[in-house]
Amino acid sequence: MTSKTLIPRREFLGASGVLTGLIAAGSPLALLAPSRAWALELKALSSSDGATLMAVARTLAPHDKLDDAAYALVIQAVDAEAAKDPQVLAMLRDGMRTLGPAFATAPEATRVQQLTAIEASVFFRTLRTQTFGVLYATPLAYAYFGYEGEAFSKGGYLLRGFNDLHWLPEVPPEDSGPVPGA
Amino acid sequence: MARISQDDSGAVVIIGSGAGGGTLAHELTRRGIKVVLLEAGARQSLATFSQVPGDAFAQLTWLEPRTFSGSSTVGIDYPTLPSWTCKTVGGTTVHWTGATPRIRPWEVRSRTTYGEIKGASLIDWPMEYSELEHYYDLAEKRMVVTRRNGNPGLPASNHFKVMYNGAKRIGYKRVHTNYMAINTRPADERGFCIQQGFCVQGCKTGAKWSTLYTEIPRAEATGNLDLRIQCRAARIEHGENGLVTGVVYRDPQGKEQRQKARIVCVACNSVETARLLLLSESARFPKGLANSSDQVGRNYSCHTGGFVWGIFDKPIHFWRGTTLAGIVEDETKHDPSRGFAGGYHLELAALDLPSLPLAGLPSTMWGRDFAFVLERYRNMAGIFINGEDMPRATNRITLNPKVKDSFGLPVANIHNDDHENNAAMRAHAQRQSKALYEAVGAIRVVSSRQTPATHNMCTARMSKDPADGVANAHGQSHDIANLFISDGSAMSTPGSANPTLTIVALALRQAEYIAGQMGTHSI
Repeated sequence: MTSKTLIPRREFLGASGVLTGLIAAGSPLALLAPSRAWALELKALSSSDGATLMAVARTLAPHDKLDDAAYALVIQAVDAEAAKDPQVLAMLRDGMRTLGPAFATAPEATRVQQLTAIEASVFFRTLRTQTFGVLYATPLAYAYFGYEGEAFSKGGYLLRGFNDLHWLPEVPPEDSGPVPGA
Repeated sequence: MARISQDDSGAVVIIGSGAGGGTLAHELTRRGIKVVLLEAGARQSLATFSQVPGDAFAQLTWLEPRTFSGSSTVGIDYPTLPSWTCKTVGGTTVHWTGATPRIRPWEVRSRTTYGEIKGASLIDWPMEYSELEHYYDLAEKRMVVTRRNGNPGLPASNHFKVMYNGAKRIGYKRVHTNYMAINTRPADERGFCIQQGFCVQGCKTGAKWSTLYTEIPRAEATGNLDLRIQCRAARIEHGENGLVTGVVYRDPQGKEQRQKARIVCVACNSVETARLLLLSESARFPKGLANSSDQVGRNYSCHTGGFVWGIFDKPIHFWRGTTLAGIVEDETKHDPSRGFAGGYHLELAALDLPSLPLAGLPSTMWGRDFAFVLERYRNMAGIFINGEDMPRATNRITLNPKVKDSFGLPVANIHNDDHENNAAMRAHAQRQSKALYEAVGAIRVVSSRQTPATHNMCTARMSKDPADGVANAHGQSHDIANLFISDGSAMSTPGSANPTLTIVALALRQAEYIAGQMGTHSI
């Protein structure tokens, strides 16, 4: 990728940045993604903005073994909002200015402290909503957290484990009901 | 399906096609009465229900803006969605979970039973419980409710096993897979539950009762129903004699239309029912229709609610299975020694992964603590608290002239201050739920705060004394004989039961009354 020369020029022009990463070998995401290497082109935000927001998202929802690729979808959604609405972009820039350029590489304890200080801000509330709203709605998150999702197309969970829990006693018939087909 | 002329002043116009409006439409049309049914939303089907949680939410939800005021934490945690209602044919019967417990005898006499409670606006219902019971019987047969009329219960899921064993270990006696309008086996020309866990996204087997595929098509088959979809009511008009004469609405193209009516029944779910009555103000009725008592919009009740999540060190997979098929009934009693009046149900509740972080956990949660919970999504169990909400005259739907909907009409403002009785009840329910989960080995228990109301009630309530409410025991407005309240707005108090069964029971009762009154030309 030629981004080493491309990114500064784009930033100079006030245009977009790029976020890149490599999905860890052995990650469940490696099975879902078309390739281990990924790149996300940003429309309104710079590469350093992307890195800062990535650090914000990873501090809000710190899943150590979840690849940056999943968080990149959050940044993509935030960037899309910023590209649509200059007020959102200004709000994000303000928030990132408060956090400062060192935020992206600061230790977690420092990042938590900095975010705690701005918990009531629109910036924080927006990033929390975007991170939580996007991160867990992706196939990557379904795979990571073990959520099986939609089941109608597979006949529901009736024959796929809705009652396969055996670490507690069974419910007596009078408080339960018949399993269809059983 | 019938086509009824907009100038036909003999028709009954029902606004809203959910539990109240959809049921009423069927009951009137099968008696030979012509009905125009206005529905603001589009018509989905088993085939078109989205199974992507976010898309399903957008497909079914009323997304026009509403504003919020008051001290309830709902305003902090869910600023853009203080109430979660539907805009679709079938209304909230498309996204409801199918839970159908009954209101209890003392709950229709709450003012008498609980006595004077400071800051509350309790009244007794203007009917005997025995009258309501008769219609509960009819509603349960119609909806094929489990554990009633010889219908078997739904089978216990993994998730219910956790609730059941925990509840029994802390001494609860009445714990079972809930009363559910969800078929255990095929019935009512509908499929059976295949334990999908996608109850609030629209049930793709039709196992869950909904007016969308029961009452409404049956009403259409009578030849007496004119269902007009994507038609949103803007105001109800009246004549010089003070009786209502018709409804002004916007058609799918946004064009204003006018339907004449002999009777108008309002069933828009409590927030919008109150808003429509208030929007219909006139020189003669300057405070809005049916509002000489100034009670329209007041006493807005939800349920004292919230989630409690138990986190375990073993898998549960709580998303597999009927979402709400589990209930603890032991706390549904009036026992002031617990420190509050009235009672609550504990009901099983799972949330899909995308919805859990924002809809299920307190808005103060993030960071390592939050991640600890999410990392154990497979090992979670959930309870939804559903308790009586203490009504207050100041908890109220009003018009917000500063914010307009897409047609330029003022939106509803929801004002809600939590009564101290609710706070005491919620704390008790959270403690009990925590004990329940810890009794079966929970390593962590997390409680949400009050969640957005899916249960909206009492904003045009039935009252014996016209000064205390908006309608009589048949939902007929005290002020205007041919204007009816036909949804949960009419409930005199909220009780502690999920409201749909009660709304259907009241609609069945109201249909009999309206048909009788029309038959004798009293209306």
